[in-house]
Amino acid sequence: MGKFIREKRGFTIKLAGKAAATIKEPEMPETVALKPTDFQGLYLAKALVKEGDAVKAGTPLFHDKRQEAVLFTSPVSGEVVEVKRGEKRKLLEIKVLADRQVEYEAFKKYSVSDIMAMNATEAKEQLMRSGVWTNLVQRPFGIVADPAATPKAIHISAFDTHPLAPDYNILFKGQEAHFQAGIEVLKKLTSGAVHVNVHNAHEIPGTFSQAKGVELNKFAGTHPIGCVGVQIHHIDPINKGDIVWTINPAGVIQIGKLFLNGVYDATRLIAVTGSEVKNPQYYKTVTGASVKRMLENNLHSDHVRVISGNVLTGENIGREGHLGFFDHQLTVLPEGDHHEFLGWIKPAGDRKPSFSRAIGLLNFLSPNKEYKVDTNTHGEPRAFVQSGVFEKVTPMDILPTHLLKSILAQDIDEMEALGIYEVIEEDLALCEFVDVSKHNVQEIIREGIELIRES
Amino acid sequence: MEFLRKSLDKAKHNFEKGGKLEKYYYAFEALETFLFAPNTTTGKKGAQIRDAVDLKRLMMTVIIAMVPCLLFGMWNVGHQHFLALGQAASFADKFWIGLLKTVPIIVVSYGVGLGIEFVFAILRKHPVNEGYLVTGMLIPLIMPADIPLWQVAVATAFAVIIGKEAFGGTGMNVVNIALTARAFLYFAYPTDISGEVWTYIPDKTAVVAGYSGATPLAVAASAIETKANVVSQFNQFGATWGAEGIYSFSSLFLGTQPGCIGETSTLMCLIGAFILVVTGVGSWRIIAGVFGGAYVMGLVLNLIPGGNAFMQMPAYYHLVIGGLAFGAVFMATDPVTATQTETGKWFYGILIGVLTVLIRVFNPAYPEGIMLAILLMNVFAPLIDYFVVSANKKRRLQRATV
Repeated sequence: MGKFIREKRGFTIKLAGKAAATIKEPEMPETVALKPTDFQGLYLAKALVKEGDAVKAGTPLFHDKRQEAVLFTSPVSGEVVEVKRGEKRKLLEIKVLADRQVEYEAFKKYSVSDIMAMNATEAKEQLMRSGVWTNLVQRPFGIVADPAATPKAIHISAFDTHPLAPDYNILFKGQEAHFQAGIEVLKKLTSGAVHVNVHNAHEIPGTFSQAKGVELNKFAGTHPIGCVGVQIHHIDPINKGDIVWTINPAGVIQIGKLFLNGVYDATRLIAVTGSEVKNPQYYKTVTGASVKRMLENNLHSDHVRVISGNVLTGENIGREGHLGFFDHQLTVLPEGDHHEFLGWIKPAGDRKPSFSRAIGLLNFLSPNKEYKVDTNTHGEPRAFVQSGVFEKVTPMDILPTHLLKSILAQDIDEMEALGIYEVIEEDLALCEFVDVSKHNVQEIIREGIELIRES
Repeated sequence: MEFLRKSLDKAKHNFEKGGKLEKYYYAFEALETFLFAPNTTTGKKGAQIRDAVDLKRLMMTVIIAMVPCLLFGMWNVGHQHFLALGQAASFADKFWIGLLKTVPIIVVSYGVGLGIEFVFAILRKHPVNEGYLVTGMLIPLIMPADIPLWQVAVATAFAVIIGKEAFGGTGMNVVNIALTARAFLYFAYPTDISGEVWTYIPDKTAVVAGYSGATPLAVAASAIETKANVVSQFNQFGATWGAEGIYSFSSLFLGTQPGCIGETSTLMCLIGAFILVVTGVGSWRIIAGVFGGAYVMGLVLNLIPGGNAFMQMPAYYHLVIGGLAFGAVFMATDPVTATQTETGKWFYGILIGVLTVLIRVFNPAYPEGIMLAILLMNVFAPLIDYFVVSANKKRRLQRATV
């Protein structure tokens, strides 16, 4: 039996530009990119291909020098057109010009009973070689899972509460068989349970409700209750020395497809959202696809920010950029690089979303309004002044202000005692949004994690 | 607006790196961001949108919450002045006198304080912080109307330099800055800020026969000697000079009593508290804690058999006399110097209330306890937080072992 957890803390940012429940199937994107920077905890990403090489879906593109068995493979077949490097020749991105028709590397095919009979070593071997392994994220720290470790549990958040998040009912519809096969594989990797966490008030997709051999936990509440870190905190918290893995349902399905069909299938649905998109809807595409074609003739204005992911944790990729490896969402917002006369006191009424009810901010009176928000910071960085607000948007027994201060002071013992092992960026992303003093909370959290990993 | 923006943009290069006024960049920046919210956008990775609130708006909310106290205080300065003189006066006359006495104090407070802020911002190359917007208004509200302006200036300078900048500026100070100014005056120039100094009586002006400028706290404290019932003393006060009922419970609640400019009216403080709590800017836990702590301590003192007259005063009187309400609503809730944890805020508030009553009753030499109680608890706030944070850490450790 799973658990039921209700949380009142949190905040939903309602934005305009929710994706309609239609799926567009455009032709293959021109290019597809795989970015080592999407994965945390890599020591040194080393390219395994050079420009001009022909690759298939599932051909290795790079690996980490300290963990060479875990391969990061191409989502599509085609020709490597660019190996982009930054300072000190750091590998930033490998771009593949996609074929019209995807050719797949052949991996071993299993029947359902084969999967049941397979052992963990064999499963890991196939996962790592095909590139599907990289879907597994290890807590603490949110890094690529270590194949040598045995996690005490694997957690799957089966709903997304981020602003304009895609509906998992659409994303994973009709994938019961693949999801179940993926679960069977995952069960071999952990000494504990595989948790599937669903939202109580949402319609639970059959893909998840019919899954067998899992702990089905129910949650009630608002964002960030959909963040897997918050869920772990309530189900089975991470203590010092514990290892837990997390994976998105898309990754589980990909594992299922790998074993049942013998291919690395990177196709996925994504939601194209945001107030600047003319037709916000779902698109069928692949991991790391170029967003260029999705946005052509589909934007209201030119001065926009294109975000891979959601507005709280996403990354500005530009109009010709590529989706991040873990992202199921593209958000397009107006840029906010404008001055506003007396903007600090001008009544904003309900034009701008705010968690605060300070003078002139009235949006708490219209809770169902969908906002068109730009990327302006609405103020400058300051010292920590206000207290008690982070706690209201952090549904965990964690004191975010104290944790952040301990990181800024580089006090490793204190960070440990205050719960750095339990959080990654996304769990505290709302703090960054609501912060009156405009700290880059997520950046600070990552700094803290890096400090602890180095120590 | 266009013109203003253009002239700012035109002037800006002078203040930027390499410009001839480079030194004064932060002074320019303060002015620019005051006129226009900056055009900065969010970073490449992380939160792509930010909340509409900023520190300036937060501070303005506090100032707006203080406006009822300020307006009432201005009127009351005039009201007390004409009462002492035994003259009848119109509402406008009273308000005018109050305006004349109060505005210079506000001007001096902001002038000196912001001046120092700008100098420090330029010298230490950091942006001008908004903290002083609130402090600059708090200081006048806790001054007697008749305070010499040079004392306001000296106290403000002391508070801003020693109380704040020495610790690193807004957000880093340990004790409340406005109260530091008040405490400085109290210890440096005691004759100007204690005793019967609260009513504005011009030199060479005759007061009405039988006049007494004793505050309710002083009346209550003197009752310890005379062993008279405090409430009947209050009710009789003013009868001899035509100000009957000036210390009745309802007058005390309304605030028609002598005292600091802004602190006399419990009603106006409660309106301020309402604004702070509804907007979420002030902590309701602290405000409720102070009132609750003071009331319960008052009750406890009532219960002690054989207590002196002040101890016998009904507990609810503690909530309306002196500056308790003002301190609870505007001083104790200062987020920088209060406890930072939500649980800690209860302890912090309650202890301020308790200490205020204890100081009032057992230290008649300085009957107003709220100032010292808040300053003391400012110093102890980190200790309270330490215990709350330790409890959080302990829960995490215990979880690991089970």
